[in-house]
Amino acid sequence: MRAFLTNLRTVWLTFIRIFKKRVTVQYPDEKPYVPPRYRGRIILSRDPDGMERCVACYLCAAACPVECISLQATEQEIEGEGQKGRRYPETFQINFSRCIFCGFCEEACPTYAIQLIPDFEMSEYDRQDLVYEKEDLLIDGQGKYHGYNFYREAGVAVGVKDKGGGEKEDDPIDPKSLMP
Amino acid sequence: MSEVWTHILVIVGVLLVMTSLAAGLIYVERRMLAAFQDRYGPNRVGPFGILQVVADMIKMFFKEDWIPKFADKKVFILAPTIIMITITCGFVVIPFTPVINVVDLNIGLLFVLGMSALAAYSVALGGWASNNKYSLLGAVRGTAQVISYEVFMALSLMGVVVMTGSFSLREIVLAQEEMWNIGPQFIGFLIFMIAAVAETHRAPFDLPEAESELIAGYHSEYSGMKFGMFFVGEYLGVLLMSSLVTVLFFGGWLGPSFLPPVVWFLLKMFVFVILFILFRAALMRPRYDQLMSYGWKILLPLSLVNILVTGAIVLASG
Repeated sequence: MRAFLTNLRTVWLTFIRIFKKRVTVQYPDEKPYVPPRYRGRIILSRDPDGMERCVACYLCAAACPVECISLQATEQEIEGEGQKGRRYPETFQINFSRCIFCGFCEEACPTYAIQLIPDFEMSEYDRQDLVYEKEDLLIDGQGKYHGYNFYREAGVAVGVKDKGGGEKEDDPIDPKSLMP
Repeated sequence: MSEVWTHILVIVGVLLVMTSLAAGLIYVERRMLAAFQDRYGPNRVGPFGILQVVADMIKMFFKEDWIPKFADKKVFILAPTIIMITITCGFVVIPFTPVINVVDLNIGLLFVLGMSALAAYSVALGGWASNNKYSLLGAVRGTAQVISYEVFMALSLMGVVVMTGSFSLREIVLAQEEMWNIGPQFIGFLIFMIAAVAETHRAPFDLPEAESELIAGYHSEYSGMKFGMFFVGEYLGVLLMSSLVTVLFFGGWLGPSFLPPVVWFLLKMFVFVILFILFRAALMRPRYDQLMSYGWKILLPLSLVNILVTGAIVLASG
């Protein structure tokens, strides 16, 4: 008898689920909420001056556990806007058919150049289309981190600023001077 | 002459409506199950996903209809037809309304019970002909389940028969003008409802096809439209059992006259169809020996007591 009543209770509890809200997110019609720090598609950002942030240090490629990042570093040769000697990637490929979206590349990046953004809708019919080239990755904006320019804060002079002229930098010490 | 035509119309109408309702139940069941589980279910094809049935049918018709090399070919083909034929035969005696009733047999109730019992051959032969151990296990379970349930399923209805004094389903409905049988025969109703679920091999008594244990049980080897026939046959069984409950305990087509009798019948029937689906959503499958001992040790004596008490009261009140 007790078992019978338990079963009746189960039936009743299941029945009242009809009046409960449904949990399904009807995806293509109704987009799910994705938090801003969601690890989705990978992009390369630019600094506030509109230059590429990436300095082609290979740290992201080294950090990548599935080795899906491939890049070739080069240096700015032309004397345009005093940018000579500035490093940048000649090619930059990310194979998203291998990428596991772990975000290690973003953590490894010293210049906030490589970033994961909350876009996950990147399915393709052709596997080769999942290999993103540099022009697919590079965006015109600054991504998640605004107002950061590596060369304005770093010690090296590449024409953006003089030595010691950085935002968090002291004036350079003259090693030949005796003054403190 | 016109009477003959009306009769033919009724026959064809009942056949068509019941078969298409059974096919439509595939959609209804999926939507209802989804509702019980906080989901939407199929809602993409057509308005509210109602064309899902059509999509499923097209898929099933165009699937490869494969007969295993190790199967007993003739019986293998015969098995799914049995369930369709016997269950549709069962609808012959169901009085949907005073007019829509193919034939009013004076042993109508026995006819329905006999036909639904014959449907067990479908399970047994299908499992046997598949020549596959899981199918055979399913078939054995199905047979044993029928043996234990058929007995008190019929006995639970004898209370209704005793009260009416007739096996004719039409007379049983007409005898409920004053009060539906659900009142005096409540125990009989409960027992019959349990037996009806077992009879149609639906969850929680879907032991012959228990997916988690026997793949798909007796129809593991079936594909294409042969599987479809088992599938539709199961839903036809649900419809037949729901109509029986409606006729026997809930006054069939009787109801306030603002709705036509056939609407009343279908409304009542669909309440029980949804109850069948609710049982499937809510209850877990009992172990095999539990099912048997539950049937033989509790429900059979209970239905016998029900007959005894009903008979005594009917005799005493003259």
